[in-house]
Amino acid sequence: MLEFPRWKVIWLWLVTVVAALSALPTIVDMAGYRWPAGVPEPKVNLGLDLAGGSHILLEADPSQVRTQRIEAMEESVRNKLRTMAQPVRISDISNTNGSLTFIVDDVTKIDAVREAVLPLTNGAGLTGKRDWTINVVDGNRFVLAPTQEGIDLAVTQAMDTAVEVVRKRIDALGTKEPTIIRSGARRIVVQVPGLQDPQALKNLLGQTAKLEFKLVDQAALPSDVAQGIVPPGDEIVPFADVKAGAVAPRIAVKRLGGIRGDQLTNAQLSNNPQTNAATVTITFNNDGGARFAKLTSANVGKPFAIILDGKVLSSPVINEPILGGSAVISGNFTTDSANSLAISLRSGALPVDLKVVEERTVGPDLGADSIRKGMIAMGVGTLALAIFILATYGRFGVYACCALALNVFMILGIMGLIGTTLTLPGIAGFVLTIGAAVDANVLIYERIREERHRGRRVVQAVEMGYKEATRAIFDANITNIIAATLMFAFGSGPVKGFAVVLMIGIMTSVFTAVTMTRMWVAHWLRRARPSELHL
Amino acid sequence: MKLLKLVPDNTNIHFLKWRVPFYIGSLLLIAASWGMVMTRGLNLGVDFIGGQMIRVTFEHSAAAPVGVLRDEVTKLGFGEPILQRFGKANEISIRMKLPEGSDKDPSLSDKMARTITAAVKAHHADARIDGVDSVSGKVSKELGWDAFRALGLAAIFVAAYIWLRFEWQFGIGALLSLVHDVSLTLGMFALTQLEFDLNIVAALLTLIGYSLNDTIVVYDRIRENLKKYRKMPIPELLDLSVNETLARTIVTSLSMLITLVALLLFGPQVIFGFTAAITLGIFIGTYSSIYMAAPILIWLKVSSKSFVPSEVAGDSPAMAKKGA
Repeated sequence: MLEFPRWKVIWLWLVTVVAALSALPTIVDMAGYRWPAGVPEPKVNLGLDLAGGSHILLEADPSQVRTQRIEAMEESVRNKLRTMAQPVRISDISNTNGSLTFIVDDVTKIDAVREAVLPLTNGAGLTGKRDWTINVVDGNRFVLAPTQEGIDLAVTQAMDTAVEVVRKRIDALGTKEPTIIRSGARRIVVQVPGLQDPQALKNLLGQTAKLEFKLVDQAALPSDVAQGIVPPGDEIVPFADVKAGAVAPRIAVKRLGGIRGDQLTNAQLSNNPQTNAATVTITFNNDGGARFAKLTSANVGKPFAIILDGKVLSSPVINEPILGGSAVISGNFTTDSANSLAISLRSGALPVDLKVVEERTVGPDLGADSIRKGMIAMGVGTLALAIFILATYGRFGVYACCALALNVFMILGIMGLIGTTLTLPGIAGFVLTIGAAVDANVLIYERIREERHRGRRVVQAVEMGYKEATRAIFDANITNIIAATLMFAFGSGPVKGFAVVLMIGIMTSVFTAVTMTRMWVAHWLRRARPSELHL
Repeated sequence: MKLLKLVPDNTNIHFLKWRVPFYIGSLLLIAASWGMVMTRGLNLGVDFIGGQMIRVTFEHSAAAPVGVLRDEVTKLGFGEPILQRFGKANEISIRMKLPEGSDKDPSLSDKMARTITAAVKAHHADARIDGVDSVSGKVSKELGWDAFRALGLAAIFVAAYIWLRFEWQFGIGALLSLVHDVSLTLGMFALTQLEFDLNIVAALLTLIGYSLNDTIVVYDRIRENLKKYRKMPIPELLDLSVNETLARTIVTSLSMLITLVALLLFGPQVIFGFTAAITLGIFIGTYSSIYMAAPILIWLKVSSKSFVPSEVAGDSPAMAKKGA
């Protein structure tokens, strides 16, 4: 038990030194100094609750994805059937009730239509699962319904895109070191250290930025539109800017034949030279520019609506074909809102609407104050604890204190190496770990005392002390590991943060409080050969 | 140098002599705690019920003007706020329910937060906004459920492990003392109406961890003594075990308390409630290891036979399993 071969000693010290060295950047950082550039720095990051900043949890609404898929399918089906060698006429197209339905007028063409539509409904992946089901009811009515697998896949893809879009937008704001991660199937966590007022950020993320240009249906009766009766082939869209309390005026636009504003190369804040009002100038890419030119050339003299996120910004009349590939969007913008729209358009539209479901902001004063006071409290606490342990166990107390210090270094080092974040609950885990480490030494030393009282010789008493106490330490630590693992697996946020520190701390505390102290004690026993233990 | 010795050698205190009244007392306390939780309720933070919490420090005032603030915020028309001091007297949290319809339109809650912070800043020049927490109803339900599930599962699996390593009686004893610790802490929170948020759950986990550690140390000694003194009556044996580990119990508890008191006195205000909960838990946890976890073994009829089947079958497989 007290035999330590040389290779083991070297090995133990190597592990200790490496782990403790890894803690240096963290300690240097917390003390307020800069770590030299170029030297690797595995640093423990402070959580937002300690360092200050904003935490925003966004949730996507997946019902939209279904609607969008059905709309997209309608366009594909129409295109496909129109461009067939022998075009097929369909009617009574409906995309409501969660599926796309239409009637094939010529009953003999049913099989041809099925053949044509089939390739559109295959899954994108190699899973072999269908994204859509095709049914024919009442003889000639096709029903295309998206399958759950297809929707799930689309939601996953939409979320991946959404994370990218969110990242681009936040980068455009120029914030420091934001963390953007997927959380579960349809949530995104955004954390921005040091950000005090997350309003601008939330405005930016709350905007889907789906820009559309659609033709106004001039044939629609204003009375119908006012009553919400949708003319065939149209949709009714409200105007964006409404005076408080007033009912938004609405307008009927043609559902198809418009273009989307997602084929852009640039979008920038600009000014209307006459009114000095804030506007956004967009530049189409080649394809988008050609489509826009085609739309405007074919509809000179007619009004079209510029629609942002389902609301009409303006509906100017096309005076002449716009061939230059750029357009100016005006609305009732402030400089800020125009700039935010420009950023949103540049970074692309969000494929799903995102809602803020949780927001936490901690001011930097509170954060800095917390850290400073936390450091003082830790210092005072550690000092008082060291005095108490030294007074109680003398020489053995020195070993325990060294082990404790080493333990703290190792925990910080390992946390830095695996890149964990220290939060308030993490500090709780720290406190518990320190308690467990002290307890391990107390258990051992009390046991040695006991064995001496029973008349065992010095070396034997020490040996028995370590052997007997280790059993309880082992059981206690295994239970804590079990608890920590479950907390990590099932808990959220703070509970997880607690569990991580606890798991690391339990392992290092067994290492330092049991193995390392045993090595030191063994070394001392061999060299000094004491006849009595002062314990 | 003379070493500090808090507990004399060979103490012989009859801890378990009063086990029946103590047990009844503990059970009554558990019942009272639950009664308190049922009737007074926990002062649940926005983490668990959703809503908005704005933390404000009045930098140049000795105390936050609670009454004035209540009027000012109520006048804004978002409903009555819950105002609470945390830490120092000039630090206050303003809690609001989320406005109607904010599930559909999240900008409503933003507007509320902005209006309130603007009003507070306008009326009080020294007000410093330290943080805004806003949690929707849906998320708060999940947070609550996650925390509850993590706690419950951890308790059950730990009890199962103790059953495996010791005996089923010990597993039940450990579970019971966990219930005792958690109940009493919840009771304290209901009584004092300190805010109960997610960080407090972490505190609860800490004290569970500590209490378990304590329970296992006592159990380990009981297991050892059961093997050593096969003829000793169980109550006597339990007393002996508690006495033998008494020095360790006192030294360890004091070590924990020293660190925690330092945190309470000098630590950041944000973790005051949290540290207070752990500190309280040290006492509750130490008590429960002696008076909840140990006496139950008498009533559940634990005996040396559980660990050492009999002299004759000394090397039976059961022996090998338990002897590890």
